[in-house]
Amino acid sequence: MKSLVEEVAATPGGENIRACIQCGVCTGTCPMAGEMEYPPRKIIALIRAGMRDEVLSSSSMWYCLSCYMCTVRCPRGVKPTELAHALESLATEHRFKIKRTRTPAMYRSFVNSIRGNGRVHELGMMVRYYLSIMPDLLANPLATIKMLPLGLKLLLHKRMPLLPKKVEGKEELSKIIQKFREVRGAQ
Amino acid sequence: MKYYTYYPGCSAEATAVGLGISVEAIAKPLDMELIELEGWTCCGSTPYGSLDELESIVVAARNLALAEQTGLDLVTPCSSCFITLYQADIKLKDHPQLMAQINEALAVANLEYHGSVRVRHLTEVLVNDITPEVITTKVKRPLNGLKVAPYYGCQLVRPDYGFDDPEFPQSLDRLVECLGAKAVPFPLKNRCCGGSLIIPEEDLALGLIRKLLDNAVENGAQCIVTPCPLCQTNLDAYQSRVNSKFKTHYNVPVLFITQLIGLALGIDPKSLGLNTNIVSPSEVLDYIYNYINYITTH
Amino acid sequence: MEPRIGVYICHCGSNIAGTVDVGEVTRFAQDLDGVVVARDYKFMCSDPGQELIKQDIKELGLNRVVVASCSPTMHEPTFRRVCQEAGINPYLFEMANIREQCSWVTKDKREATEKAKALVSAAVRRVYYHQPLETREVTINPNTLVVGGGIAGIQAALKIADSEHKVYLVEKSPSIGGHMAQLDKTFPTLDCSACILTPKMTLVGSHPYIELLTYSEVEEVSGYIGNFKVKIRQKARYVDEDRCTGCGLCQTKCPWKVDSEFDAGMGKRKAIYTPFPQAVPNIPVIDTEHCAYFLKGTCRACEKVCEAEAIDFEQQDKIVEVEVGSIIVTTGFEVFDPTPIYQYGYGRLDNVITSLEFERLVNSAGPTDGEIVLKDGSHPKSIAIIHCVGSRDEKYHEYCSRVCCMYSMKFAHLLKEHLPETEIYEFYIDIRSFGKGYEEFYNRILSEGTIFIRGRPAEVTDIAETPKEKGKLIVQFEDTLAGLQRRLPVDMVILSCALEAQADAEKTARLFNISRSADGFFLEKHPKLDPVATMTDGIFIAGCCQGPKDIPDTVAQASAAAAEVLAMISKGRVEIEAAIAIIDERICTGCQVCKLVCPYSAIDFDEEKKVCRVNEALCKGCGACVGGCPSDAINLKHYTNEQIVAEMEGMLV
Repeated sequence: MKSLVEEVAATPGGENIRACIQCGVCTGTCPMAGEMEYPPRKIIALIRAGMRDEVLSSSSMWYCLSCYMCTVRCPRGVKPTELAHALESLATEHRFKIKRTRTPAMYRSFVNSIRGNGRVHELGMMVRYYLSIMPDLLANPLATIKMLPLGLKLLLHKRMPLLPKKVEGKEELSKIIQKFREVRGAQ
Repeated sequence: MKYYTYYPGCSAEATAVGLGISVEAIAKPLDMELIELEGWTCCGSTPYGSLDELESIVVAARNLALAEQTGLDLVTPCSSCFITLYQADIKLKDHPQLMAQINEALAVANLEYHGSVRVRHLTEVLVNDITPEVITTKVKRPLNGLKVAPYYGCQLVRPDYGFDDPEFPQSLDRLVECLGAKAVPFPLKNRCCGGSLIIPEEDLALGLIRKLLDNAVENGAQCIVTPCPLCQTNLDAYQSRVNSKFKTHYNVPVLFITQLIGLALGIDPKSLGLNTNIVSPSEVLDYIYNYINYITTH
Repeated sequence: MEPRIGVYICHCGSNIAGTVDVGEVTRFAQDLDGVVVARDYKFMCSDPGQELIKQDIKELGLNRVVVASCSPTMHEPTFRRVCQEAGINPYLFEMANIREQCSWVTKDKREATEKAKALVSAAVRRVYYHQPLETREVTINPNTLVVGGGIAGIQAALKIADSEHKVYLVEKSPSIGGHMAQLDKTFPTLDCSACILTPKMTLVGSHPYIELLTYSEVEEVSGYIGNFKVKIRQKARYVDEDRCTGCGLCQTKCPWKVDSEFDAGMGKRKAIYTPFPQAVPNIPVIDTEHCAYFLKGTCRACEKVCEAEAIDFEQQDKIVEVEVGSIIVTTGFEVFDPTPIYQYGYGRLDNVITSLEFERLVNSAGPTDGEIVLKDGSHPKSIAIIHCVGSRDEKYHEYCSRVCCMYSMKFAHLLKEHLPETEIYEFYIDIRSFGKGYEEFYNRILSEGTIFIRGRPAEVTDIAETPKEKGKLIVQFEDTLAGLQRRLPVDMVILSCALEAQADAEKTARLFNISRSADGFFLEKHPKLDPVATMTDGIFIAGCCQGPKDIPDTVAQASAAAAEVLAMISKGRVEIEAAIAIIDERICTGCQVCKLVCPYSAIDFDEEKKVCRVNEALCKGCGACVGGCPSDAINLKHYTNEQIVAEMEGMLV
């Protein structure tokens, strides 16, 4: 039975987790540290403590902005940004339900837009996103309505095409992804 | 003439259409031939990598394989596309097993990646290949010391890939100054604008954007300039949201660096997509075009 | 003479026998050409093991011995001695390494046994061609050169000089004393640094057996252990040492001020100066880069006021040549410059200073007479001390600088003494208070009310986010023990900077033919068992030039180096390795390729005969010249072509 540290270290992005000396520069630097339940240093400590459920169900890594400031300052080369991505991937793979943040929903809409169109169709992505967080929106109708002026502005300034562009490589991409899943599954 | 394979990125034709237009407008005057990569698809960006790290590399790899066939450097103006493609490329080069696995998948489309593409950011190309010195010689309309806050964002300078200093970058400052504008000191110039979290966590991102606008204005900036489509959208389109949330009154035009370069090269605003900027750049344009008039009336 | 070879296979307990079938190897060895007897034993290096060999030599008339055991680095000297004691030349011995290169690198018993057989066969074939060789002895010059006049150099010099042997002490700055002279109080006893150092400095200055060469640098070193020739450049002071009385009037009258190196840039000195009032020798030096006379031909104020007429603008550099038997390198360290760490604001924000700068500030003999003040002259009310700046960081120095925790805590104590109302914050990752009295010192600092925060700061900024932060330096960090991201406004930030190797360490290493470890400091011969010797016999290192350390360890190392030197002097002679290169002068064309490739500078070119010659005392028998010679004119004793080919045949056939 692999320990959580071994599992994370075997995930792409989590390779350097063992080097951490818990100095705290990452959390000290992180613009989102105040929002995270478990900011970078703490999450590594929890991983070492083997708290798999707490870590993978946590909303913390989803607040990562990928600004890479922690990575640049870490004295041990731990690459906390990549670690956050690795944890997000693990959480997704093992179907953990993430509460408190809508970022996973947005990421899913984004990725589904790519899988469906070959490129991100922003309006389509936003629609998918809103549909996926519908209960939340219905609970806060005002907040949703407040978004409309922004959408309108983008539309009027020609920054929100209504229809997705015809993307040449769309089918090819789908086929490649399909094949990759087969290849990976076989491993 | 310098030739490059051009990867616009999804937003260059949508939310950041101003970037797409201005990049194409300044290419020829700067002796760059940007040949759009045929059949390009989304690079995957942060969200794909977060949901499925390996699959996101496949998505990026398809573009790399296509670019490899052109034999030219792959240049993108989008910081996020740059970092995604660049890092995918490195991961493939460092892990031959992964490369083999991915090539198995690419094979269904008769594609194969051998690891020979050089992924580059447009800003880096402008600084290292075209060079600020040469750009200065092509300036037709010097910007009269326009006070510009150069905003790098994150992924142009981090993680450190050797182009510019991650803590105190200078490349954008140089590009601004070579146009005859003045790059104001802007201590938060490399801090995060909130990135893609503007959608699911708007309040948090607005807080970050506010700090940036404040810092730029405090240092006397007449406008902000940035290379990144996401940063521009956050600072520009969401400026009114910042104002309504924090009861502030920011009115800072946010231009793409390529738009600023275009203006200095004498290209008209419409051809640079300046009509797509949400916070009106009219004062900036006024300053540039009617400088004498401007300084007597202000 | 017919070879009569004895082969001994060692079990080394289970180290070898656990993997290699020693019985099979022994039987195999017995059948080899020239082998008279083959035995195996549990521990060949032990007394009974050695007796076994000696007995066989005597009774069976062996004239060659092969031991198959561990690495020659471990026990070749042991078994060579056994042969010598039993009456055969120690070079008629060969070792087969069936441990480090065999049983220790595989778990496969078949594989290991086959390899052991091959190695033994190789050794047996080779030893057939061995020739008896003699080691040479050279005498030791009893003089010593000590390079670097800090506490390490001072200590080593005094120890040797006190035994009535001559020491040349070379120091590149105008005075001895080194960094220790810059310190205020020393941890953990809070001794005044100058008070314990200056008596030693005075002793050095007046010692009959020490020749002090300050403002001097070593330019060239040649020779070998016991017989070094050293060229030293004594830079011109432009002050006559014999006439100068050290009255200091020239310094007072000189109108030209320069940033003082001794004060770490926090204060000024004059263009004619002694680095500090207690300088030894107390003879000033003219800094030609800032002296008006040397720059423009004007002023000459010093000359006018000097009653002893000691100013001599015409003075020249002097080259001094000395002959010594040993050299001790004690060139010390430099303090890391934190400017590249942009986010800490050094050099960019006011009131961010380094540890050395703070030492000068807090020193009552320093540029502010011990007043701890901000740039605007006021006293700070809150101070942050940041540990590990430049240390424990893959971007700068991976190593821990060992002394920073202690000196940082010392700062906290001194600050509480000077400014009792000030809040002091220590930002650390780990507290390393390892020495005698050090943990107790930590407790004392805690009890004095210094606040320790575990968290390496992310940045020091002047961009205020709240009114309280305006005008302050704000340290942003994670308080890891409380689990909070925090911002703390302070008035002053002290960066506890790393100790690093001197900038010219590479040059110094080449000069003395010593190596450096990956961290940049000079490399000791063995990290545990030989910490002050180097791979170059006769040259020793001590103090911080070998690695960051505190004063007690520095003094201990300096005494250790002195002891090694005195041991050499006491014996008076040293043995030179016999396996050295030899150049056939009839074949040599004088192309000097060998001289180029020799890493020990052991080859000399004879200008008259136009051939190269190996300096037998310096040659370590590495063989680079043998391989490099395009004329095949060089042979390596004990590694002849014959011997090597035989060894290969033994392995492959």
